[in-house]
Amino acid sequence: MSIEHSSHSEDLPPHVPRRADTDPRAAKRAERQVGLLFIASSLATVGFIVAFVFISTEDLLDLPFFGNVSASNFALGLFMGVALFAIGAGAIHWAKKLMSDVEVINERHPEGSDDESRAAALAEYERGRDESGFTRRPFIRNSLLLSLALAGIPAVVLLRDLGPLPGTVLRHTMWTEDMRILTAETLQPIRPGDLEIGTLVSGVPEGIDLVLEEEGNLNELAKSPVILVRMDPTDIKAEQGPADDPWGYQGILCFSKICTHVGCPISLYEQQTHHLLCPCHQSTFDLTDAANVIFGPAARALPQLAISVDTDGYLVARGDFTQPVGPSFWERG
Amino acid sequence: MTTSQIEQVGGKGYKWVDDRVPASTFLKRNLGKVFPDHWSFMLGEIALYSFIILLLSGTFLSLWFKPSMIEVVYDGSYIPLNGVKMSEAYASTLDISFDIRGGLLMRQIHHWGALFFVAAISVHLLRVFFTGAFRKPREINWVIGVGLLTLALLEGFAGYSLPDDLLSGTGLRIAEGITLAIPLVGTYLSFFIFGGQFPGSDFIPRLYTVHVLLVPGVILALITVHLMLVWYQKHTQFPGPGRTEKNVVGYPLFPVYTAKAGGFFFVVFGLTAAISAVFQINPIWVYGPYVPDQLTAGSQPDWYIGWLEGALRMMPNIEINFFSSYTLSVNVLVPAAILPGLIFTVMALYPWIEQWATGDKKVHHLLDRPRNAPTRTALGAMALSFYVMLWIEGGNDLIASTFSMNVYTITWFFRIAIFVVPPLVFVATRRICLALQRRDRDKLLHGYETGIVKRLPSGEYYEQHAPISDSERAVILDRNRMPEALPMPEKTDANGVKQPGYWHKSLQARLSRFFYGEQLPRPTPEEIEAAGHHETELTDERDHEISDSRAEALAPRE
Repeated sequence: MSIEHSSHSEDLPPHVPRRADTDPRAAKRAERQVGLLFIASSLATVGFIVAFVFISTEDLLDLPFFGNVSASNFALGLFMGVALFAIGAGAIHWAKKLMSDVEVINERHPEGSDDESRAAALAEYERGRDESGFTRRPFIRNSLLLSLALAGIPAVVLLRDLGPLPGTVLRHTMWTEDMRILTAETLQPIRPGDLEIGTLVSGVPEGIDLVLEEEGNLNELAKSPVILVRMDPTDIKAEQGPADDPWGYQGILCFSKICTHVGCPISLYEQQTHHLLCPCHQSTFDLTDAANVIFGPAARALPQLAISVDTDGYLVARGDFTQPVGPSFWERG
Repeated sequence: MTTSQIEQVGGKGYKWVDDRVPASTFLKRNLGKVFPDHWSFMLGEIALYSFIILLLSGTFLSLWFKPSMIEVVYDGSYIPLNGVKMSEAYASTLDISFDIRGGLLMRQIHHWGALFFVAAISVHLLRVFFTGAFRKPREINWVIGVGLLTLALLEGFAGYSLPDDLLSGTGLRIAEGITLAIPLVGTYLSFFIFGGQFPGSDFIPRLYTVHVLLVPGVILALITVHLMLVWYQKHTQFPGPGRTEKNVVGYPLFPVYTAKAGGFFFVVFGLTAAISAVFQINPIWVYGPYVPDQLTAGSQPDWYIGWLEGALRMMPNIEINFFSSYTLSVNVLVPAAILPGLIFTVMALYPWIEQWATGDKKVHHLLDRPRNAPTRTALGAMALSFYVMLWIEGGNDLIASTFSMNVYTITWFFRIAIFVVPPLVFVATRRICLALQRRDRDKLLHGYETGIVKRLPSGEYYEQHAPISDSERAVILDRNRMPEALPMPEKTDANGVKQPGYWHKSLQARLSRFFYGEQLPRPTPEEIEAAGHHETELTDERDHEISDSRAEALAPRE
C-alpha cells in the first residue's frame, strides 16, 4: 500500500469491536436500517413532486402553534427536508455501523521546503535574474514598475461616473415659501384647527407626489418629510428661530422627521412629555425645547421648519430649512 | 495494477481521463488520507455546506428576482398589497413568495442558510481560537477565515437589503448615514455608491451584482484556498494516546469520511429545508415596500448585524465641528467604522500577537485544551463577552418592551457594562481554567471518584478512588507540552554593561509570563509514576484494613 500507514498503531488504545463487527445479525439490521433510510428519501422525493403538482400556492394550512401557513411551502419543505436528511442519515449510519472504525495513522510531512529545494529554487531564480538582467538594468525595471502602477489608474478613473458630485443638494429640500404642508397619509392641506393639543401628524410638502414622479426616485421623500405637533404654548421652552419671531404658529411646531443620527424617520411620540424617539437607535428629542437631544447617539437637534398660515388658512412653510436635514456629513459644518 | 484492471473497475471514462491527467496518482495519494474525528471539526463543514446551499437556492431566486428600483403598481396574489406602489425588486420578491411554486421555500432556505452560514463561521472561528489551531503553520488559514467572516457579514447584509422592503431599506439608510460620517470622502463615497442622493434608482441593481457575483466569487476563491491548505497541512487533532505532533490519527477519506462528510452535507441541507418549511423568516410582505418616511418600532437587523446595531445605540452623542465648516461624527464613526475595523484587525493579527508575546515559534498540530492555555482562553472569553454586550444592546428596545424596562436605563447599563464585564470575565475564566487544571492533576495523581462510599469499622467513611483510563491520562499529561514563560532578561551582563534590547526582551518576558506564568506546577515524572501504583495500593490498603477489622469483629470472643 502506498498510503503512509505508520508502524506505531500499537500506541493507539485497543480497538473495541462494535456489535455489528461481531454479530452478523446486528450487521444485517444496520444494513436494513441504512437501506430503509435511502428508500425513505426516495419516497419523500416522490412526495415532493406530488406536492408540487397538487398543492396550490394559495392553499393555507392551520397548524397548532404556527397558525396559518402556506400549505405548499410546508409540504415542499418537509418532503425536501426528509429526502435530503434521510440520505445523509443513511450515509452516516452506514459509516458508523458498517465501515471500519479502526483508527488509522498517517505520518505528517514537514510543511515548509527542505534546504535542497530552497537552494535549487534560488539557483533557478538567479539564472532568470541574470538572463533578464532586471537588477543590472534598473531603468527597465523601474520604468516597467511605473507603467504597471499607472495602468491600474484607469480602473479607478472609470468609476467616476458612478454618481454626481454632492454639490449642495444635501443642504436643501423642496420646501419653499408659502408651500402648503400636507398630511403624509392623505396628502390633504392642514388647518391649525385640525390639530388638537397633543397631536402629532406626519407631513410632506405639497406637490411631492409630482416631484417623486418626475425624478423617478424617492430622494425627496428621504429629505423633506416633517412632523407637526401642537402643544400648549406655555409648554414651549424654546424654539430654534429668533426669539422675537418664533418659527412655530400658535403652539404648532414643525420639525424635520429625519433623524440627525443616521437618517431613520422618527415616529415614536410621547404625548405627555412631547418627547420624540427614533425607533432605530433611540435618540430622543425634546420638542418643547427646540427638539434638542436628551438621550441617545444623535448629536444635533431636529431642524425646525418655520411655518405660518396662508390666506386660505392652511399651514404653510415660510421657506426651506435653514440647515441640512438628516445625518451629518463632513462638509456640513 | 494493470491498465485493464483499472478499466474494468473505473470504466472507459475513467481510463480516458487517467490517460490524460494523472487521476490515479492523485487518488493513490488521497483516498487513504486520514482525517481526525471530533464533533467540533464539523463546524467548518456546516459553514461550507451552508455556502453550497446558498449558491443553489440563490441561483433559483435569481431566475425570478428583478433587481430594479423602477416603480410598479403591485397586482399579484397577495391581496393586501394590491394597488400599492413599490419597486420591481419588492414586487418580484412578492411574486417569488406567493406565485412561484417552491419560491417561498427557496427564499426561506436562502435566508435561513445565510443565518446558519454566518453562525457556523463564527462558532468555527471560536473553536479554532480556543484550541489554538491558528498557530504555526496555520496562520494563513486563520487570516483567510477572518476574511471569510467579514465577507459573510457583508454578503448577508447585501442580501438582506435586496428585496427593498421597509426593513431592508431602513438598513440601507443607516448604511448611508454611516458612509456620510466618514471624514473627507464620506459624502462623495455615498454619492458614488447610490448614484446621487439616497436612495436614488441605481443602488439595488448595483448591490445585486455585488451580492451575486463579486462577493460570492471572492468567498468561493477564499474557501478554495482555505480547504487546499487544510488538505495540504493536514487537520489538527486533539491530544490523546498515540497522537503526536508528527502524525494524524483518524479514519480514511475513502470510505469513512466520504460517507460521513458527504452524508453531513445532506443532513445540513435537509435540516435547513425542514426548518424553512416550518419556521417563517423575513416575511417581507408584512413589512411593506420601502418608503423613506415610514418605519415601525422594534425593527431589527439579522442576528449577525446586531453587535454593530448595539454599538451604534450605545455610543454617546459626540460630534465635533471644525472651524464651523467641517463636521466629524464621532458618534457614528467610532461604533460603525473604527470599532469594527479595530476588532477585525486585532482578530486577524492575533496569531502574531500571541507568537510575539510567548516567543513560541514552533509548529503545532496538536490542539490545546482551552484550560491548558488559560490566558488565551480568558482573552477569548473576554472578547466574546464584549461582543455579547454589544449584541444585547442591539436589542435594547425589545428588552425594554418585553420586560417593561426603561430603554435609557438599559443603554446606560451597557455603556458601563461594556467596560466592566469583559475584565471580570477575563479573571473568572482564567480562574476556572486553573481550577480545571487542578482537577486534572488530582485525577491524574489520585484517580477519579468512583462514587462508591465505604465505611470502616472505626466509623470513618471514605470514597473509593480508581485510576483513570490510559486515554484520559494521555490527554491530561498533554499539558506537559505547554511552553514555559520566558525568563526575565538580566538588565546588565556580567561586566555591568547594559544588555542590548533589554526593554524589548523584558516586555516580551512580561507578556510571556502573563500568558504562561500563572499555571499549576506540572506533575513531575516521579509523581506520575508514583500515582500509577499509589491508587491501587491505597485502595488495597483500605480494603485490607476493612477485612482485617471485619475479621476482628467476627472473631469469637474470648
